[in-house]
Amino acid sequence: MNNSVFFGALTVAGLAAGAAAAGTLDDVKARDKLNCGVSTGLVGFSAPNANGEWEGFDIAVCRAVAAAVLGDPSKVEYVPTTGKTRFTALASGEVDVLARNTTWTFSRDVDLKFEFIGVNYYDGQGFMIPKELGVSSAKELDGATVCIQTGTTTELNLADFFRANNISYEPVPIETNAEARQQYLAGACDVYTTDASGLAATRATFDDPSNHVILPEIISKEPLGPLVRHGDNEWGDVVRWTLNALVAAEELGITSANMSEKAAGTDNPEINRLLGSEGNLGEMLGLDADWAQKALAAGGNYGEIFAKTIGEDTPVGLARGLNAQWTDGGLLYAPPFR
Amino acid sequence: MSDISFVRTEMLPPKDPPASEVGVVGWARANLFSGWFNSILTVVSLYFVIKILIGLIGWAWVPTWSATSLPECRVIFEELGRSGHNAGACWGVIAERWPQLLFGFYPNGYEEGTADLRWRPVLAFVLLFVALAPVLFSDKVPAKLIYFTAVYPFLMPWLLWGGTVWTPVSAALGFVLGYVVYKALAQSTSELIGLIVGVVAAFVWWLFVASLFSSALASVVPLALESVESRQFGGFMLSITIGVVAIGLSLPIGIVLALGRQSDLLIVKTLCVGFIEFIRGVPLITLLFVASTLLNIFMPPGTNFDIIMRVFIMVTLFASAYMAEVIRGGLAALPKGQYEGADSLGLNYWQAQRLIIMPQALKISIPGIVSTFIGVFKDTTLVSVIGLFDPLNLTNAIRADADWNGLVWELYGFIALLFFVFCFGMSRYSMYLERKLQTGHR
Repeated sequence: MNNSVFFGALTVAGLAAGAAAAGTLDDVKARDKLNCGVSTGLVGFSAPNANGEWEGFDIAVCRAVAAAVLGDPSKVEYVPTTGKTRFTALASGEVDVLARNTTWTFSRDVDLKFEFIGVNYYDGQGFMIPKELGVSSAKELDGATVCIQTGTTTELNLADFFRANNISYEPVPIETNAEARQQYLAGACDVYTTDASGLAATRATFDDPSNHVILPEIISKEPLGPLVRHGDNEWGDVVRWTLNALVAAEELGITSANMSEKAAGTDNPEINRLLGSEGNLGEMLGLDADWAQKALAAGGNYGEIFAKTIGEDTPVGLARGLNAQWTDGGLLYAPPFR
Repeated sequence: MSDISFVRTEMLPPKDPPASEVGVVGWARANLFSGWFNSILTVVSLYFVIKILIGLIGWAWVPTWSATSLPECRVIFEELGRSGHNAGACWGVIAERWPQLLFGFYPNGYEEGTADLRWRPVLAFVLLFVALAPVLFSDKVPAKLIYFTAVYPFLMPWLLWGGTVWTPVSAALGFVLGYVVYKALAQSTSELIGLIVGVVAAFVWWLFVASLFSSALASVVPLALESVESRQFGGFMLSITIGVVAIGLSLPIGIVLALGRQSDLLIVKTLCVGFIEFIRGVPLITLLFVASTLLNIFMPPGTNFDIIMRVFIMVTLFASAYMAEVIRGGLAALPKGQYEGADSLGLNYWQAQRLIIMPQALKISIPGIVSTFIGVFKDTTLVSVIGLFDPLNLTNAIRADADWNGLVWELYGFIALLFFVFCFGMSRYSMYLERKLQTGHR
């Protein structure tokens, strides 16, 4: 029934195969569109709204990169990926950058041949329990039934943690967060464990959030960051420094409100270099001099994006914690723009 | 003899049967309370049915249609004096998201400078029934409508994907070309040579000439719809598109495969058996993963082979293999005499198939065919595993909106209802068709 399109597609495939792959930066510019791999839906991080527009913390990275490279944050083609398809999508060139709350691990970086260009959210695995259980530490969870998503690193972390503390647990395998929520509320498990950001987002949807507590123990390191393919360092630099620009802008006090004022030139040479009124950092990246201005105009600096999508005033309600600037006791530390 | 005889001159009207034997009471006595055991069962079942209904209606009948988030629904429940996680249905999510569940990310005119194009899938859907009418209800619509059915396979992609009108036209011309070549050669040389050269000619046209032809005509007569990328398809529109394509293509391919499997030609038979057994030996999910990930790796970098097109191909191949076996069952059920009868009339192979074998075999296979159709339509939800936004995957995306996080029953209920309408419709049609084609062999 669809022969026309089918053969059309075949023809297109044949023609496209002829074009040799240039650098990703040139590809994106030629296409005038950034292909950004995102999650099919994760509260606060990426979700389509009622009009089909994508919103969230990971989406903000895509928008900033598109703005820096193409000058327009809306020139993004969001490619929804699942946990299973995400790495092939990136490796095969279907997406230029994967911004899908992916944990930076050794094997993904080295063995799968990807390049994590930084960390945009420091997460960690936590536990949520009903308050009436009267447990105040994860070490008291001996014999508990635990709802756990199968086939993820959280499953392995959980086994390690309980073994190290010499206590036992009974896993209740579940597939998705929605299922976990139902099981947990129905009392099928005493404990729900996943990334702390996910726990907070899930707890916020409860009828009575105050009756559930997230235990203080964080049992794993989950540095989530955008990644690109190995071997195209110019493109990796563009994405890395776009993210760094968002972080540095917060540290330097550049917000979307005062940016145009500061872009005219300030007494702080680093701000001037970042915003392009001094030096030629943009040129070195192969972008316009005001690339960072455009990236910042897309959604504001790191702190503004955080507050808008997952911060304490949003339903997700995450505190900055580890994701505060290094000057505030967090881990965010952008290398100097020099 | 006195005059005592009394002869009734008219018949008494028959009395109504006793009230306990007819109507609701009679039916209930016969079916629900025919003995003490059944009576107990009825009462117990009624108790549970009513209990469930009360719970369900109480849950569903709440004024939450205009709520804009789950917390707002909770406020409404509190005003009603209810609490708990399942206090009531939060229908606001359906009110806000039903266009998305139906159309996915199809351009809705929200972004400035874009038009609302959702009338196109709607029109394609309506025209689908017009195109199907001569096939499904051949005795109730004008026979001329069959020409529209022939045009529809080219019209539908144009409506959905847009682009220049000359692409579908040139694709259709490929079929015309192939047929003309076949006709010309079949008369002057042999049928087989005509068939082969005709197919080759059509493929040469599609692969090398068609795109030039359509772009040349497009520059002269720029008649085009705004094009829409496959990535923007979603929701029921995606399910129905995949379902219609797979159903529409799998029946003819399945017939050919079934005939091939029964063929005496060794190569044809081996190919068909190998194909059918291979496809039936792997789960659909595996094929979808192949379409989504493996093909990406095999093809040269930068190749952009439309993901939905890959899914179409995989689902169609999958459905065809099952269809072939269903039709083979129909063929096997025909008595040998039918084949011999066809031979004795001097019909050649294709005439015999067209006039005698297939009409009977297909009629026998109707329940199996429709079951396969329904199965394929429901299997389209599997595309969520490769990141396409079918209705089920959309529920995930909708829950990722902090406003609606945590809603399950409303969304799944809505989707289940729509799927039920389609599948039940197909099932009823197949029963109608069976009755219509009933010629009393049994």
